Formats: sequence, structure tokens, C-alpha cells
Amino acid sequence: METTLPPKAAEASDSYVNRRSGELLKRYRGTRARRQEMAEHLLEASQYELMLVKFRKHKLAVVSFYLLVALYLIAIFANFVAPYDPLTRFDKLLFASPTQIHIRDAAANFHLPFVYARTSKLDEKTFTYKFVEDTTQIFPLRLFAKGEPYMLWGLIPADVHLIGTDSQQPLLLMGSDQLGRDLFSRIVFGSRVSLFIGLVGVFISFFLGILLGGISGYFGGVVDLLIQRLIEFIISIPQIPLWMGLSAAIPREWTGIQKFFAIIVILSLVGWTGLARVVRGKIISLREEDYVTAAKISSASDLAIIFRHLLPGFTSYLIVHITIAIPGMILGETTLSFLGLGINPPDVSWGSLLQQAQDVTVIGYYPWLLLPVAAIILAVILYNFLGDGLRDAADPYTR
Amino acid sequence: MSRFILRRVAILIPLLVLVSVVAFVVIQLPGGGFVDSYIRALQLQGGSVNEAQKQALIRQYGLDKPVLVQYFIWISKIILHGDFGNSFKFQRPVVDLLKERVPRTMALSITSIILTWIIALPIGILSALKKYSFWDYFFTFLSFLGLSIPPFLFALVLLYIVFVKTGYLATGLFSPAYENAPWSLAKFADLMQNVWLPLLVLSVTSTAGIIRIMRASLLDELKKQYVTTARAKGLPEWRVILQYPIRIAINPLISTIGWLLPAVVGGELVVSKVLNLPTVGPMMLDATLGQDMYLAGGFVLILCTLTIVGTLISDILLAWADPRIRLE
Repeated sequence: METTLPPKAAEASDSYVNRRSGELLKRYRGTRARRQEMAEHLLEASQYELMLVKFRKHKLAVVSFYLLVALYLIAIFANFVAPYDPLTRFDKLLFASPTQIHIRDAAANFHLPFVYARTSKLDEKTFTYKFVEDTTQIFPLRLFAKGEPYMLWGLIPADVHLIGTDSQQPLLLMGSDQLGRDLFSRIVFGSRVSLFIGLVGVFISFFLGILLGGISGYFGGVVDLLIQRLIEFIISIPQIPLWMGLSAAIPREWTGIQKFFAIIVILSLVGWTGLARVVRGKIISLREEDYVTAAKISSASDLAIIFRHLLPGFTSYLIVHITIAIPGMILGETTLSFLGLGINPPDVSWGSLLQQAQDVTVIGYYPWLLLPVAAIILAVILYNFLGDGLRDAADPYTR
Repeated sequence: MSRFILRRVAILIPLLVLVSVVAFVVIQLPGGGFVDSYIRALQLQGGSVNEAQKQALIRQYGLDKPVLVQYFIWISKIILHGDFGNSFKFQRPVVDLLKERVPRTMALSITSIILTWIIALPIGILSALKKYSFWDYFFTFLSFLGLSIPPFLFALVLLYIVFVKTGYLATGLFSPAYENAPWSLAKFADLMQNVWLPLLVLSVTSTAGIIRIMRASLLDELKKQYVTTARAKGLPEWRVILQYPIRIAINPLISTIGWLLPAVVGGELVVSKVLNLPTVGPMMLDATLGQDMYLAGGFVLILCTLTIVGTLISDILLAWADPRIRLE
């Protein structure tokens, strides 16, 4: 087979190729043409657009992002998603296992998913209480069922819940704890505290870190020295004893909300140092650039230079740092509450839900009490995948 | 190099002083004081304390002096006599209590660290060398899991699984029979039986982290020119990798060795609490919550000092490995 064509034939085949690909493009107008347009558009795209396009290629990260949005929506609309208030008790159903959802009833007929009523009966042989289902009556599950009335965000009265039985029959999707409180509802309400502590806390330490790191890196000299010593000092104090000391200092009389904010403050006061160091390093490497000199000559204020000119140079690192810091904060709050130093019952957070799980014999008999662990791990894994995708997207060296 | 070290050491002393103040303050922060919680505990048991006894208690523990004076007494005793005071709760010198628990903690931590490195380094290196192979994906997935699961939750789930499968409560380091027995071969065998759970839990997270770091930094190194040059010059493949890129890729890990110091002595606190290990962690937790001032304070002080020394060691190691840092 010839590897080179004689000139005339090459020309002819060139135009054939051009004609043919033009025809093909017209036929596959959809994807091919769109991809062509996209590629041309990307040649002039901004930094963020490029990051977005690369991010979308990382399917796992995109899925994680949407799942996280779903989690936060659940947290925001907790009243609606959870069938019950976290404090509602079912005195007849202490330590109940999750309500079984059936599709076939006793007579082997098919219905839409439903549940049976449960009562506790004393088992004559072992003298323990067992929960027996009463198969005579069917309580179908409904979406958007009428349930307990609540005030959405304390403002809007409503009584529609995402799932319910439209009757008084308790629906314990994840079982109940020792006071008969529905674990699923408590997990949903607990997500409010746990997820938002992560967000708010990270934003506070984010702001502090950028401000102090930026000042330290930009001005240098004495200011830099002082702030660096401060950072080293804070890092030297072992974290958990510091947390313990600070949270043990929270007065017991404070309400749940006040404790919530106190914990955020505690976690952020320690957390800003990592970011500050990174910001300082980046600013030191960027501050000799020409555009900074130009900004200075144009009499831009120092703060403006830091935030408007230097900062966008390493936005990618900042984004990645946030997605790594948030699960750290969530775990910090979980640890504190688990040790009894943070949110305590009756207020709910995932960590406080696990307090009961400290006794392994209890979990041995009632394993559904471990379900908050799944929620925590889910949130952390999602953030990790998201962070991984963002890191790949922000890295200018990967294709 | 020596100037760098000198500068670092010079800052050490004031930092240590500051940190000791903070340690003291952190212990004092929980309001109420030891005497109050002691009295409360007594009252719960049915006893009662009248005002005069309470004052006597306060004077006995030296809590009536102003905070500043308390601090100076505490620090001078430590520096001059090595006397960390007595634990209120146990009524024994803090030093004795620490001597009991610290060696055990250190043994456990050091074993888990060695285990972690032995497992993680080869896996990380292999993962980088065979990038995108099945094993690479497998270990990347495992390390993701390992990084996402907090150790104490992992411990909880493991405990549950062991309990359900065997009915055996795998807490503590020894079975009740061997708890206070003198050391013997049988006791050692018992220890081996029980110690795998804490070791597993403590190693998993660090292994995951090290695998990822090792893989990332080795991948960075393998892209560089000198590797190609070495290959082109005919070095056997194993030497190409072992002699150069690995030495550089290990840098990030070596520079974190300093941080191991406080971790080794402190041990993983929450995991120890969950698994009920007789290490330093649970004791410190109870001391802080119960305001056992001298015990908690002494321990926090030791940890802070070790952290600072560890940071110093890290910095020195980093400066030794990477000459650019010495110019900072």
C-alpha cells in the first residue's frame, strides 16, 4: 500500500475529505457539531468555565455533588421529610426494630407498600418483650401524607410529610431508641446540625484564614512574624484536649442553639490555621508579579489587592481546601458530641445519636442504633469524592 | 543549617512557656472546679459536706489561692522537682499514673505506626508504578474508604461485628482473667489475642492516608526527566525506582515524622475510649471532664511540649531534606 499519494491525487482526496466530512457533519449535526462548537468556545473560556467542564467529566464527583445537594435539601426541609418530630415518643415501642414494609399481605395478595400495626407482647419463655405484627389491618404508605402538624422553619404551619401512613400508626423506618423516638426522624433532624456546622464553621475559618494568611503573606515583616508565631502556637496545642477543655467550658445551661454556635466557634478558632499557612505561601509566591505592581501603582488599596487580584490566582486551592475542611468539621462535631462534650440529648446531631451506641451490648441487641454511622460516613465520602473531582478539575496540568 | 536550628530552638522556650500557660488555662476553663464536682459525687453517694469541710478541701488542694499563684506553684514544682502534683481522683502522684499508662500507650502506638508503614509504603509504591491497573483502583478505593471512615466509628462497627459473631466483647487489652496478673507467656498470648482490634483500627486510617500521599508524590517524581535519563543509561528498573524517585517521594512522609511524637504518647483518644483500652486517652478524658486539675494539666503540658518538639524535629528534617527551606 502506498504511503504517499502523488500530488494531484492528494489534492483530490483532500477536497474529497473536506466534502465528505462536511456531509457527515451535516448528518451527525447533533453531537459532532455541538462538540466542535464546544471545543472552539473553550479556546476563549474563562478559568471557571474550564474548571466546570473538567469537573463534569468526573462522573463520580458530579454524582456526589448532586447527592450532597439532596442531603442539604433534606436537612433544610427536615420537618417535611421526617415523619415525626425528634422528640415524639412512642411509649409502647421502645427499642423497636424498623417497621417492616410489606408488599404481600397474609392472604398473599399484592398491595402497594404497606405496614402492619405492632404491639409488644411478653414472650412467656424468655420473659422479654417482643413486637408482634397485627396482620389484620393494612396501613398503606403514602407519599405526602398528613401527619403531625409542624411549623416549617418555625414560620409556616403545615402537616404534610414526605412519607407517612395517613393514620396514627407509627412508622419507624429505622427503628426507635430507648425512649421510643423514631430514629429516622432524629437522623434527619440531626443532619441539620451536623451538616450545617460543617458549612458555617468552615466559612468562618475560611474567612479568618484568608484574612490573616493574606495579611501575613502580603505585608511580610513584623506582621508576618507575629501571625506565623500565632499560628505555630495554635498548632502546638493538641487538638482534642483543646476541644475538650473549651467545650467543657460551655455552661450547661445554654440552650441547644447556643451550644451549636459555641461549638462552631471552637472548631473554627482552631481550624483556620491550615488555610492561613497555605494562603500565605501562595501570596508570597504571587506578590512579586507585574499585575500586583500595576495595581499598587494604580493606588489600589492593600485589601483590594489581596482580595481582588492575588486571591483569584489560587482559587482552585481554596475550593479544594473547603471540600476537605468541611468533613473535618463534621467529624469534629461528631467526635465532640459522641464524647458528650458537644450537642447533648435531647438535642439531636449525628454525634449525640451515637452516644447511646457507646455500649456495645446495647448495639448487639438493637443494631439499628448504629445507622447514624452510615449517615456520617455517607456525608464524608461524598465530600471526599467531590473534593477529588474538584482537585482534578482545578489542576491546570491534567488534561 | 545550624543557624536554622538555632533560630528554631530560640523560639522554642517562649513558646513552651506560653503553651504551659494555655494548658493551665484550658484546664481551669470548665467552671466549677474540682471541689464542686467532688462534693457532687459525694452527695450522689449519699454523703454530705458542710461548708467548713468544703473550705478545708479547698485549702487542702490549694484552690483558694488566686489563679496566677496556682499557676506559678504548679510550674515551679514541675520544673524544679519534676513533681506534677497529685491526682485528686486517684489520690496518687500524677507521675505514677503516667508511668503506668504511657509505656503501654507508646507500645501500642509505635506498633501501629510500624505496621502502617510496612503495609502502606509498598502498596503506595506499587499503586503508583502500576497506575490505573486493577490493583491500583482496588487500593485507591480502599484508601478512600479508609480515609472517609473516622477511626472511632470504625472501632464501633468492628466491635459490634465481633460481638454479634462471637458474643465476645472485644474491649480492653486483656481478658478479665489476665488483667492484673504478672507478665507471663500466657498473658502475652492473651494480649496478642486482644490487641489485633485496636491495631487494626489505629492502622486503617493512617494506612489509607499514607498510600495516597505516597502514590501521589511518587507519580509526580516518575514524570521527571532524570528517571528517563536513568533508564536510558541502562540502570536496572528496580534501581531506577528505588534509588532516586522513592527517596524524594518519601519526603512528605519523613517531614511528618515529627508529628508522630505527640501522637505516640497521646494515643488515639476517642478510639481508646470506645475500645476501653488502658491507655492515656480515656484517663485524660475523664480527668478533663472531672476537673482533675493536676492530672489533666500535667498531661496536656506533656503533650504540648511533645508537639512543639515534634514540630521542631519536623522542620529540621524538612530543612535537611530540602535545602530550599533553609533559606526561608
